[in-house]
Amino acid sequence: MNLKLRVWRQTDPSSRGRMVTYLVEDISPDASFLEMLDVLNERLILAGDEPIAFDHDCREGICGMCGMMINGVAHGPSRATTTCQLHMRHFKDGETIDVEPWRAAAFPVVKDLVVDRGAFDSIIQAGGYISAPTGAAPDAHATPVPKVDADAAFEAATCIGCGACVAACPNGSAMLFTAAKVGHLGLLPQGQPERDTRVVGMLEAHDEAGFGGCTNAGECTTVCPKGIPLTLIGRLNSDYRKAVTKRG
Amino acid sequence: MAGTGLLLVLFLFAHMAGNLKIFVGADAFDHYAHWLRDIGTPLLPHTWYLWIQRGGLTVAVVGHIAAAVILARRARLARPVRYAHRPKVQGSYAARTMRWGGVIILLFVIFHILDLTTGTVNPVGDAQHPYANVVADFAPSRWYVTLFYTLAIVSVGFHLRHGIFSALRTLGQQTPRGERRARAIALVLSLVLVVGYLSVPFAVTIGAIK
Ligand code: HEM
Ligand code: SF4
Ligand code: FES
Repeated sequence: MNLKLRVWRQTDPSSRGRMVTYLVEDISPDASFLEMLDVLNERLILAGDEPIAFDHDCREGICGMCGMMINGVAHGPSRATTTCQLHMRHFKDGETIDVEPWRAAAFPVVKDLVVDRGAFDSIIQAGGYISAPTGAAPDAHATPVPKVDADAAFEAATCIGCGACVAACPNGSAMLFTAAKVGHLGLLPQGQPERDTRVVGMLEAHDEAGFGGCTNAGECTTVCPKGIPLTLIGRLNSDYRKAVTKRG
Repeated sequence: MAGTGLLLVLFLFAHMAGNLKIFVGADAFDHYAHWLRDIGTPLLPHTWYLWIQRGGLTVAVVGHIAAAVILARRARLARPVRYAHRPKVQGSYAARTMRWGGVIILLFVIFHILDLTTGTVNPVGDAQHPYANVVADFAPSRWYVTLFYTLAIVSVGFHLRHGIFSALRTLGQQTPRGERRARAIALVLSLVLVVGYLSVPFAVTIGAIK
C-alpha cells in the first residue's frame, strides 16, 4: 500500500509543532499501524532525519501505552482496538491519514505523538487503591463476591489507562477513566472501606488536573479500546452524591 | 445542570397543556390565561402566584445557563490546542448541539415573552385576549414568525433528547437496561413536546383555529 501521512511533529514541550507530510510506500496491509510507523522511521533515520516519537510497549493491546488520533478518531477507525492492534488493511490504498497526539491541557505533548499522561497517576494516587494488610495471601473463598459484581468489576478493571477517552471527549474530560477506576474498586467488598473518600478524592484530583466536566456526550465509550460502558459514569455520580450527603 | 433542567422540563409540560386549551375555544383559552393570574387566591393576592413562578423559572434559567457557561469554559481550557482533523462521526447530533441549541432557545424565549406575554412585538398585543394574540401571531402572512417558532421548538426537542437522558445519568442512572429506558424516555418526551407545541402555530396557519 502507498499512503500519504500527515503527522504532528514537535521537538519538545515548549516548541511550536506542525503537521508534516510523508509519503509512505510499499506497506503490507497486514502491518499494524505502529509497524507502518516503524517502517517510516527506519527510512527517516536512513535519510538522516529525526524519527517520529510515539509511545508503545506491549503491542498486544493490553498495556495502554500506545495511542494517537488517526484521522481525528482516537486509536483509529476500528472499534474496541488499540493503535498497536489496528491493521493497515482498514485503510484504502493511496489514502491520506492525519496523525495527531492526544490533545488535552492535562496531557502536554512531550515530543511528536508522545504526551505526558501523569495526570492519570495523580487521579489514581487520590484514591485508586485499597488499603489491605500485607501478609500471607488470604484464602480464595474468604471474601465471597457475587458473580454479577465480580463480572462488572472485571469489566471496569479492563481499563488500560490509555487516555483515548480524554482525547475524544469534546469537553476534554477524563470521567470515563475515573468512573472505571472508582467503579472497579467500589464494586468489590475489598473496596468498601474507602468507597466514599475514593470517589470524592479522585474527582477532586480529576478537576485539579485540568480535565473538563462530563456532559454525558458518550464520545469516550465509542473510542475506548476496552469498551468501558458509559453506565459507570452514572455509578460514579451516584457514589459521589451518597458520599457528599453522608459527609454533610 | 440536571436539577434546573428538569424543573424547566416540568414547566414545558405544564405550558404545553395550557397551550392545548386553545383547541377547546377562545373563551376556554382566555379564561385559562386569567386563571393563571388567580392561582393561589384568596390565600395570595391576584397575580402573586404567577410572579412567584416567574421568579422560580428565572432562577432556574439563570442557574442552568451559569452551569453551562462553567462547563463550556472548562472544556475550552481543557483543550487549548485543537485537532487539525476532527470529523463529526461519533456521538449524537443532540449531544453535540447542546450549547448552540441552548443559545437559540434563550433568544427564542426573549422574543416569545415580548411577543405573547408583554405583547410588544405582537400585532394585537392585548393582554386580556391571549387567544386573539396567538391567532394574529401565526397568520399565514406572518410565516416567518411561525418558522422561527418551529425552529426554536425543534431545537428544544433536540436539547431535551440529550438533556433528559443526561440529567437521569447525572442523577445516578447506571444499569444498561436503565440506559436504554432513559434514552427511550428522553426521545418520547421530546417528541410529545415538539408535536404538542407545534400543533398550535400550525393549526392557526392552516386556519383550523381562527
Ligand atoms: C408554539 C408554541 C408556544 C405557544 C403557542 C406559546 C404561547 C404562550 C402564551 C400565549 C403565553 C402567555 C401566557 C399568558 O401570559 O397568559 C406564553 C408564555 C410563556 N412561554 Fe410560551 N408558547 C409556546 C412555546 C414555548 C416554549 C417552547 C417555551 C420555552 C422554551 C415557552 C416559554 C414561555 C414562557 C417562559 C412564558 C411565560 C412568560 C411569563 O408569563 O412570565 N413557550 N406562551
Ligand atoms: S476508559 Fe477506555 S479509553 Fe479511557 S483510559 Fe480506560 S481504556 Fe483508555
Ligand atoms: S502498545 Fe500496549 S496497548 Fe498498544
